[in-house]
Amino acid sequence: MYDLLVILIPVFPLLAVLINGLAGHRYSHHVAYRLACGSVGLSFLCSVAVFATTLRTGITREVVAYTWIFGGDLVVNLAFLIDPLTCVMLLVVTGVGLLIHLYSIGYMHGEEGFTRFFTYMNLFMVSMLLLVMGNNYLVLFIGWEGVGLCSYLLIGYYYDRVSAAKAATKAFVMNRIGDAGFLLAIFLVFVNFGTLDYTEVFARAGELSTATATAIALCLLIGAVGKSAQVPLYTWLPDAMEGPTPVSALIHAATMVTAGVYMIVRNHAIFDMAPVAMTTVAWVGGITALFAATIGLVQNDIKRVLAYSTVSQLGYMFLACGIGAYTAAIFHLMTHAFFKALLFLAAGSVIHALSGEQDIRKMGGLKARIPMTHALFLVGTLAIAGIFPLAGFWSKDEIMAHAFTHGHYALYAMAVLGALLTSFYMFRLTYLTFYGQSRVEPHVAGHIHESPGIMIKPLLVLAVLSVIGGFPGVPPEEGWFHHFLDPVTVGVLSGAAHQGATHPIVLLMVVATVIALAGWGLAHFLYSARPEAASQWAARAPAAYRTLFNKYYIDEAYDAAFVEPAKRVGRIWDWFDRTVIDGLVRGVGGMTQGGSALSTWMEKYIIYGSINVLGYANHLTARSWRRLQTGMVHHYAAIIVAGLFILLHLILLW
Amino acid sequence: MTLPLGDLVAIIPELIVATVACLVLVLDPITPPSRTHWLAWLSVASLVACFGITVSRMDATVTAFSDLMILDPYAGYWKLLLYVVTALTILLSLAYLRVERIHLGEYYGLILLSLAGMMIMVSAADLLVIYLGTELMSLSLYVLAGFKRFEVRSLEASAKYFVLGSFSSGILLYGISLLFGVAGSTRLSAIAAAVGTHGLDDPALLFAMILLVVGFGFKIAVVPFHMWTPDVYEGSPTSVTAFMAVASKAASFAAFLRVFLEGLGGLREKWYALFLVICVATLILGNVVAIVQTNIKRMLAYSSIAHAGYALIGVVVAGQAAADNETRALGLSSVMLYLAMYAFMTFGAFAVVALLRKGGLEGEEIEDFTGLAKRQPLAALLMLVFMVSLAGIPPTAGFIGKLYVFMAAVNAGLTWLAVVAVLLTAVSAYYYLRVVMVMYMREPDPSAGLVSRLTTSPALTLVLASAFAGVILLGLFPDPLVSITTSAVLPFK
Repeated sequence: MYDLLVILIPVFPLLAVLINGLAGHRYSHHVAYRLACGSVGLSFLCSVAVFATTLRTGITREVVAYTWIFGGDLVVNLAFLIDPLTCVMLLVVTGVGLLIHLYSIGYMHGEEGFTRFFTYMNLFMVSMLLLVMGNNYLVLFIGWEGVGLCSYLLIGYYYDRVSAAKAATKAFVMNRIGDAGFLLAIFLVFVNFGTLDYTEVFARAGELSTATATAIALCLLIGAVGKSAQVPLYTWLPDAMEGPTPVSALIHAATMVTAGVYMIVRNHAIFDMAPVAMTTVAWVGGITALFAATIGLVQNDIKRVLAYSTVSQLGYMFLACGIGAYTAAIFHLMTHAFFKALLFLAAGSVIHALSGEQDIRKMGGLKARIPMTHALFLVGTLAIAGIFPLAGFWSKDEIMAHAFTHGHYALYAMAVLGALLTSFYMFRLTYLTFYGQSRVEPHVAGHIHESPGIMIKPLLVLAVLSVIGGFPGVPPEEGWFHHFLDPVTVGVLSGAAHQGATHPIVLLMVVATVIALAGWGLAHFLYSARPEAASQWAARAPAAYRTLFNKYYIDEAYDAAFVEPAKRVGRIWDWFDRTVIDGLVRGVGGMTQGGSALSTWMEKYIIYGSINVLGYANHLTARSWRRLQTGMVHHYAAIIVAGLFILLHLILLW
Repeated sequence: MTLPLGDLVAIIPELIVATVACLVLVLDPITPPSRTHWLAWLSVASLVACFGITVSRMDATVTAFSDLMILDPYAGYWKLLLYVVTALTILLSLAYLRVERIHLGEYYGLILLSLAGMMIMVSAADLLVIYLGTELMSLSLYVLAGFKRFEVRSLEASAKYFVLGSFSSGILLYGISLLFGVAGSTRLSAIAAAVGTHGLDDPALLFAMILLVVGFGFKIAVVPFHMWTPDVYEGSPTSVTAFMAVASKAASFAAFLRVFLEGLGGLREKWYALFLVICVATLILGNVVAIVQTNIKRMLAYSSIAHAGYALIGVVVAGQAAADNETRALGLSSVMLYLAMYAFMTFGAFAVVALLRKGGLEGEEIEDFTGLAKRQPLAALLMLVFMVSLAGIPPTAGFIGKLYVFMAAVNAGLTWLAVVAVLLTAVSAYYYLRVVMVMYMREPDPSAGLVSRLTTSPALTLVLASAFAGVILLGLFPDPLVSITTSAVLPFK
């Protein structure tokens, strides 16, 4: 019964995918979205039941759906692992997923390809559930690739925009670079353990040498960096905002992008063996948290600001992993899912109200027009900025406190600075969107309307969660959440976690609050009290402003460093394959002549071949004759001979 | 002289295929044009019969014609794969030839003759017999490549293929004659013995080996002997391209592996390095040049070059001098598995290209796929699956094939090679996904018109359904095929 319950979690959305995908065109949209949302709802109910069981019994269970053998040494099952970590992820994925599905009914209403949208979304749910439920690396990888593919399809959903298609491809290829690292990690795990099952691998992780553990951990990190948009593979996430807003909320904020964090926490047994890798994780996270926050300061697209803030918040989670605060990382993952989904969906509500406008320079003064959306957005802002006692405060503070009490002062400083910037740009966004003079374009201004109930109600739930979502983790490091998760996440490094005295933690909370309020105050000063000051500040440091505005020119640098050279090389080789240069042929000719007996034979053969062509080509038209006579065939033959000579040299010189 | 009855019984499948090929040629002139599809179904029926016979003989190892032919599980495995691909080719051609207005009955005869050549290649234990099989296969393919008689590109492809093919055959033959000079026989077993007595540094042996590398390198289209591939694949009728890209490549791999592992196994210390270089060069060039292609058949040609590179990884593993037999066997079985996976996804992709041609489109430029998801959602979905599989994304066959090959490499201590290959797989996502992007993320050109249903025939449906099922089922349940390949590997000595 319990096993069936577990298996049904991904099966419900899978059924919806199959039905909507195959027969979706036969019935109306109403059936399609009921099916899609209903299936996710059922998954959520199953997840709650599974969670309740785990909570009650505290037992980690493995459920084998079917055996997916590889023959030889390798046996892989399509099997699920149900432990506290999986339970938390299940609740986040299905719970937030359900709310976003419901919201989409309203948001996507009247869009072309409504059924297609829900099919992709459900397919995403299936993949994401496999990702968090799998009990071995291969199931994880299948989910991992599946969410990438769905993300790709959904970013490119608005296919009348060229930029959407480009963003989709960019996201996918960048993810594939990360996946390459992940795949290598899987190979290394298999070579070292002879199995891909978590239970056995983690039980025997202690046998690894530091070097091997470091290699595996770094390869895993590459995968995580790609999926979770960390430096240096983060540039795809802001572009991914080309997708519909519910997609940004579900995939590019709440669930898929956190997969990297989940994967690191899941593999903490290996990371614990590799201090170098841990330090790398922490610094990748710290740098990303700060770096993305600086870019977020000056962006003008409401969704892009949120995207950079997602990158930055994911950086906090990585930082937490890197310093061994795995529970804190998952805690922040959960609260972030609440408030970031809330922010994105509220932003979607703004965009909806403004007939698609996303530029905050063309907003302002919306508080009076859409008060409900304003209130919800404000709750999200307060939560992410870390204002006491909302969810973001507890989880972010815990990460910063952990860094401080464990002596990572540089990382702590980066995190604090990042928090200041976060608070600042989020309140900047709020002020520019909802306060001050309206800068809405006249033809849009008339249509401003509050979103329908189906969009607002899920937001209310998320807002409540953003307010109270931090309480399970109170008091810090001793809360209910920690007691639930610690059996899974306590590692070698976090073993020393509970030595911190109480009063610095309280002091650190005060610091965090002051920082958050300072960011708020600064934003208030620049964008509400003295609106002209902001542009004056920007004008005073034009170079710095432009660098930030252009995102440090990283996209351009990547294009110049990787994309263009690859294409150029491809084009050169393509040209080479089509028309081989005369010089080379002459060179090969010289070489063949030098080769005495062999070359004589070869030339004979070429001539013999050409005579055959003459005979055969009687039927050819004049045009093809000409092309043949340019000697292309001859050239190709020369290349074959050149290849032969190269091989000869290789053997002789080896 | 008595008829070698036992030997003839051993090659019954070859005899059936060759006989039906001749029968088709004879029946064609007396069959009314409206009934030519009967010939196709006759051919398919003969393949089904052969499939049954080969399956029933899978476990035994028999030699025939005083050791010229060997019928072992290894040959059986390849033959089964070849029957399937040939049957799919014939079914695809049924619909495709009508669109291209090719009404020549000898088409099916030539396909079957080519298959007969391939079957001889995979079960030959003698270099001359292998050569014979190669020539039978190739000569039929030269003619098939030029079957669109009214199109310049097709004729050009045929002529180029013929000239270069004969050239490479000449090199192959030269290598064979050198080996004969050294060993006094063209039997693989005799050559293996001669390698043992002559040692590694005999220049004639080494030179002969290199000539064989070039000859076979041309057939399996690896760098730098790949240059004919894009031109020939682009110009040939699409059904023939699919046949060449899949069947001829598989048969050539089969023969080449047998020659190098059984005949020249003693020299593997030498050829291992050559294949390593060729493998890396093929992987890089195939994947990078595919990026800039605008014609889908050229793109798939470079993709097939790249896939030969992936398969070569398994060859390199099987050729490791230091590795134990189990590791090497894993390498060989990974090649066998990979080519089967490759067969379904590549054939599927070419079948969709052929199908679009049927839909009245030109269908050969990638741009022609613009907005296909709206015009023909089913065709677009199939192409999506094939592209995803070619890019090696789970849960498709392409992923399992790659996983297996890379595992074999890592298992043999060639982690760096796996790293290179995995990175290039990331590159390949770019050009495969471009097709998906064009299909799913662009508005269809209004002038192209909306075609709501696939205009399709039962045969074409069968082809696409088989390729699709192969890609998905082998991805989800690879186990049966894996156990077949592991039991069908060549015995390592």
